[in-house]
Parts: sequence; structure tokens; C-alpha cells
Amino acid sequence: MPVELISANHAAALAATLAGRANRTARGFCSGVYPITPSTECMEYLCGQEIEKGKVVRADSEHNAMGICIGASASGARSFTTTCSNGLAYMIENCVAAAGYRLPIVMSVANRTLGPPWNIWADHGDSLMMRDLGWLQLYSADNQEVFDTVLCAFKLAEDPRVMMPALTCMDGFILSHTMAQVEVPSQEQVDRFLPPTDIPQRLDKSAHTLGQMETPHQSVVHRMQHHQAMLTAQQVYAEIQDSFEEVFGRRPADPLVTYRAEDAETLIVSMGTLGVTAERVVDQLREQGQAVGSVRVRMFRPVLDGDLRKIFAGKKRIAVLDRDVSIGFGGVLWGEVRGFAEPATIVQNYMVGVGGGDVRPEHMLTLLAELEQSHESGAPQIVEVA
Amino acid sequence: MMNEPALNGMAYTERDRREPLLRPGNSNCGGCGMSNLMQMLRRAAADRELKMVVPACCAAVTSGGFPESAFSIPTIMSTFASAASVATGVAAVAQLNGEETRVICLAGDGGTYDIGMGTLSAAAERNEDILYICYDNEIYGNTGGQRSSATPVGAATTSTLRGKQEGKKDILGIMAAHRIPYAASISLAHIDDTLRKLQFALDAKGFRFLHVLSPCPTGWKSEPAMGIELVRLAVRSGLFPVFEVFDGERYLINVEPEFSAEALTMYLALQRRFRNTGVTEESLRPSIERYWNYLRLMSGRIVPARRN
Repeated sequence: MPVELISANHAAALAATLAGRANRTARGFCSGVYPITPSTECMEYLCGQEIEKGKVVRADSEHNAMGICIGASASGARSFTTTCSNGLAYMIENCVAAAGYRLPIVMSVANRTLGPPWNIWADHGDSLMMRDLGWLQLYSADNQEVFDTVLCAFKLAEDPRVMMPALTCMDGFILSHTMAQVEVPSQEQVDRFLPPTDIPQRLDKSAHTLGQMETPHQSVVHRMQHHQAMLTAQQVYAEIQDSFEEVFGRRPADPLVTYRAEDAETLIVSMGTLGVTAERVVDQLREQGQAVGSVRVRMFRPVLDGDLRKIFAGKKRIAVLDRDVSIGFGGVLWGEVRGFAEPATIVQNYMVGVGGGDVRPEHMLTLLAELEQSHESGAPQIVEVA
Repeated sequence: MMNEPALNGMAYTERDRREPLLRPGNSNCGGCGMSNLMQMLRRAAADRELKMVVPACCAAVTSGGFPESAFSIPTIMSTFASAASVATGVAAVAQLNGEETRVICLAGDGGTYDIGMGTLSAAAERNEDILYICYDNEIYGNTGGQRSSATPVGAATTSTLRGKQEGKKDILGIMAAHRIPYAASISLAHIDDTLRKLQFALDAKGFRFLHVLSPCPTGWKSEPAMGIELVRLAVRSGLFPVFEVFDGERYLINVEPEFSAEALTMYLALQRRFRNTGVTEESLRPSIERYWNYLRLMSGRIVPARRN
């Protein structure tokens, strides 16, 4: 498979382009895009592509970029966009709508701190804001993963058992602007992996109305259906990994990436590129004879409670690293996963790299040394990294 | 309520679309101008394939509750500010697939003049292949009648109890300034002109904008049966100019008003929203004249603004 040296932003856009072309025998591809640092290069790349039966509309705002994706997807086309930070905040009303219509739109987010005060560096607070809206959420840690995840996200979102929008996240700048080798499949391979999309609720000939008023008992059923559909995503993703491997000859990353976790006494739990640093730290501490392991949460929605319970079982200590702060609470990831640990396990939350701070192995080593000395779970800590 | 005599005797003919666009059993108030508009649109559209985008507005309620719908065409209910962007996606995919589908936005004045203004402007600037119809009842009707930038001076609303101080935004001037292929105002009281414009706008390509003064008995505090008559008075008095603009350049006045003081007085008197707010025929006259002088200039019609 040919290898290209591209940034993660370009990898996401290239995957979307291939996915868009793969729908040329059906309703085509249409996307609304709008620039924002550090996601801009993704939309720029998309604007530079020739996509057969495809159109990229240069919108006037993120809100309308998602509006265009909604119109396109509701007409049966494959659709994709990209944004982050305040752009995502501005778009979010239409993200709610996209989920409500159950449209399989895929969006790439180069995670960035919300402002003002303005800050363009990586922080997961933007996409975590979308936690409860009915979007699938996947976090990547390298460029190949970003590329593979976007392709898989289309297949996952469009699966009739799932049928809902998907967010594919990468750390702003740390990944979005890093050039790395990415194996890029041929269009013919992508065509085989991603068959033409079929959106059953699309506006066609029948006179149905999408998104109209409903009563409480109808809303609760729609929420229930949406919830159940999202819970099937883990099983569907496993099938997608198999078919991905069959077509491309390599396996996309697992929903939870464990590293030397099985026999570990202490676990580091994190998302995105923090997980890569954590794996380095695990190696260093293993050399010193400490039984440390790492879990990188790639699939944040749906939450993989059963698997996390199994991984957490019998651990003495768990350090949950959050690149986000839920003000007045603690780390969002910590809040989600702490309940899956056994009562005897010490679960400590460290919010590191908030606002884009550069988290290096030495920072993690210091935190873990502190954790080794503790005998109970403490309050969540916001950690400054220089 | 369909095909009532008040619509200038408009009757169902074999040229009409077989099924009404707005079906019986819809939840519109009696005397709603939008109901009249949908009836005329039915005739104008005939057999054309249509898709519709409706933002949050009265029309989002019109269709009734899931899963039934009072609209007989595929419709998507968009968020408040997004009608023209959702329609952009719908129209783009129709075009990619070589379909003749006409994509219509049916939006109120709040979603057009206020919250959806940026979206509307952007879609017009891109010259998307959309027919955007604003049924303007001059208030936020769905939420119980608050002021919008389409509310005229002197109209009492639930958020301007003593009458609005500011004038109405010049929506057609704004749309014409985008140099879109077609922008026009529609009088529900002038049915031939209305049908001609609807048909022209349905067939034209690119961004088309229609502005409809839509009587709202609930918000205007007027008699439901008087809606069409109120529109006629607004046209006769010069308060609601009926004209069209091609490519943002060629202005054409379609109905020459008589600038009747009596018509204007009656228009104000028949709506309780203008009662006790201080607005009178005399107080409105200067702004009507000023706007008509501008229209004369743009249309090149050298006719005095006022005839006595």
C-alpha cells in the first residue's frame, strides 16, 4: 500500500475524499466547510479535491456548515465536515439537530481550548461538550489512526443498526499539524470497504416531515432507540475492524487500546496523544520493576463500561489523565470511568495539559510517584505543566 | 377553509396540483396568511417536484405532530437560523443527481429578518438554487407575538407594549443588494400577480426571494376574515409596495397604489395592535413617500409619489 507523508488534518480530509468518491454510484457527496485553527488545513485540503458527484460548499459559519451537511445527508448524500473549539460551540445547535435526524455525518475535530481568553492549543473540552448529544466519539493518537478512524467512522455511522453522526477527534497541532507516514489505500479498496450509503429517512418521494414536533412519549421512544443504537456501536465496530482488515490487510486500532495492562498494578487512563506518552512512561517504569500499564480510551461514546470494568478489575491504583476540566467537578474522563473501578482501587484524577500544556514523560513520572505513596483516592487535581 | 371566496374567487381547477400542499387538518389559526399562500403555491407549483425546508416558525407547527404531516411534500424542519443552509445541501444533492426538484424555504420574518439573516445572505451570495419564501406576519408569532425587525413602527407586541419605535427593515432592498436573479414582494390580495410571480420564481434558477405580507389575526388583533382585505388596504395606501427586482438592478412596480389616506386609516383602525400607540395616517405618510421616491428612482417610473 502506498505511503504518503501527510499531516493528520490532511489524513482526515483524504479519508473523507475517498469515502465521498465511494458514494458516486449512489447520491454522491456534499459537505459544508468553514475554517478555524487548527482544523483549517482539513477543509482546505477538501476544497482542493476533485470529487466525482461531489460538492464542497464554502459556508459562512460553522453553524451553517453543519446546516449544509444536514441538508446533504437528509438528501441521501455522504457528508463530512471539520471544526473545533469555538467553531464547534457555534455549530453545536445544528449538531443536536443532526443527531436528532439520525444522519450519519462524520466530523473531524482538531481539539482546541475554548475561549476567550483565546488559546489555540490542544484541550479536549470542545468535543467533550458534545458528550451527551447522541454523536459517536472516537479519539486518535497518530496520523494513521486518524485516517483509519475517519474511514471506519463512515461505516459505523452509516450502519443501519447505528445510523447516527460520528465525531473523530485528534489533538490540535500535536497531531493535526504533525507530518507522518500514512498508508493510503486505493479508491478501489475504499469502494469495497465502504459501499454506497443508504439513509432510509432521507427526503425522497414520500411526503414525510423530518424533525417535526412530537409528544413526550414519542420523544422518550426516540431517545431510547438512539441510546440502544449507540450501544450496538461497539459490536458493529468489531465487525468493521474485521472487514477493514480483510480489505486493507491491517487492523484498525481497538476501541480501548491497552498497553502492558494485564499484569499491571497501576494503570494510566487517558485519551488522544497523552496515551502515547503514557506508554513511554509505562516502559520506563517497567524497566525499574514497577507493574504499570496504560489504557487509551479511543471510543468515548458509547462508553465501554463492560470492557473497562474487566480491565480495571484487581488494580491497586488508577491514574486518570484528563486534558480537560469540567469546572466545579474535575476531569470529564475521570467522572466517566471512576465508577468502573473496584471499591478498593485508588482512583486519582490529574488534569494535565489543560489549555494545551506540553505533557512530557517526566510530568507523568512525578504524578505516578505521588500516586504510589497515596492510600486513598484524593480530590481531582489540576496539574500545571511548564 | 380551502378555496374560500375571500381569495378573489380563486377556485380549484384541473391545472392545480392534485393534492393540496397544505392539507386539511393543519394547525394554522383561522385567517392565517400563510394558509392562503400555500393554497396559491399549490396552483403555481402544479406538478413540479418540490422539497421544502422549514425553520422554527409557525410553519414548523403547521404540519402537526409526528408521524402525520399536513405538508404533502418531503419536508425537513431545520433549526431557527438554518433554513437557507439546509436548503443549500438539499439543492446541491438534487443538482448532483440531475434532479429537477425545486427546493423551497418557507420561513417567517424572525427566521428571515433576524436570526437567519446571515444564513440567508450567505446563500444569496453563493446564488444557491433555492426559492426562499418569507411569510411575514411582522412578529414572532410562534412564541406569542414579540417584536422582530419586520414589525412596523407603531405596532404593539408583547415585547413592545406601547408600540415599536423603529421602522421595518427593508428586506427587499437587502436582497436586491445581493444581485440575486429574482426578488419580489407578493400581495395575497392580487392573485394574478401572485400566481405569475410564484410560477416565475419556481422556474427561475439561482437564488429567488419572495416577500409575502402575511396577515396574522392572532398577533395583529384583527378579524380572521379580514386578512386579504387588510393586505389590499396596505397595498392601496402605499404601505406595502408590490414590486419585483431582477438581478438586483431592474426594478418593476407591479401595482400602482392610489396612496389613499382612507385606506391607510382603515388599515390601522382594523387592527388593535395599532390602537393607542400614537401611530396615525399622518405619522406614517412621510416614510411611505420617502420609500416610494426611492422606488420611483430605482424603477425609473416618473410618477408623482402622491396623487390627490
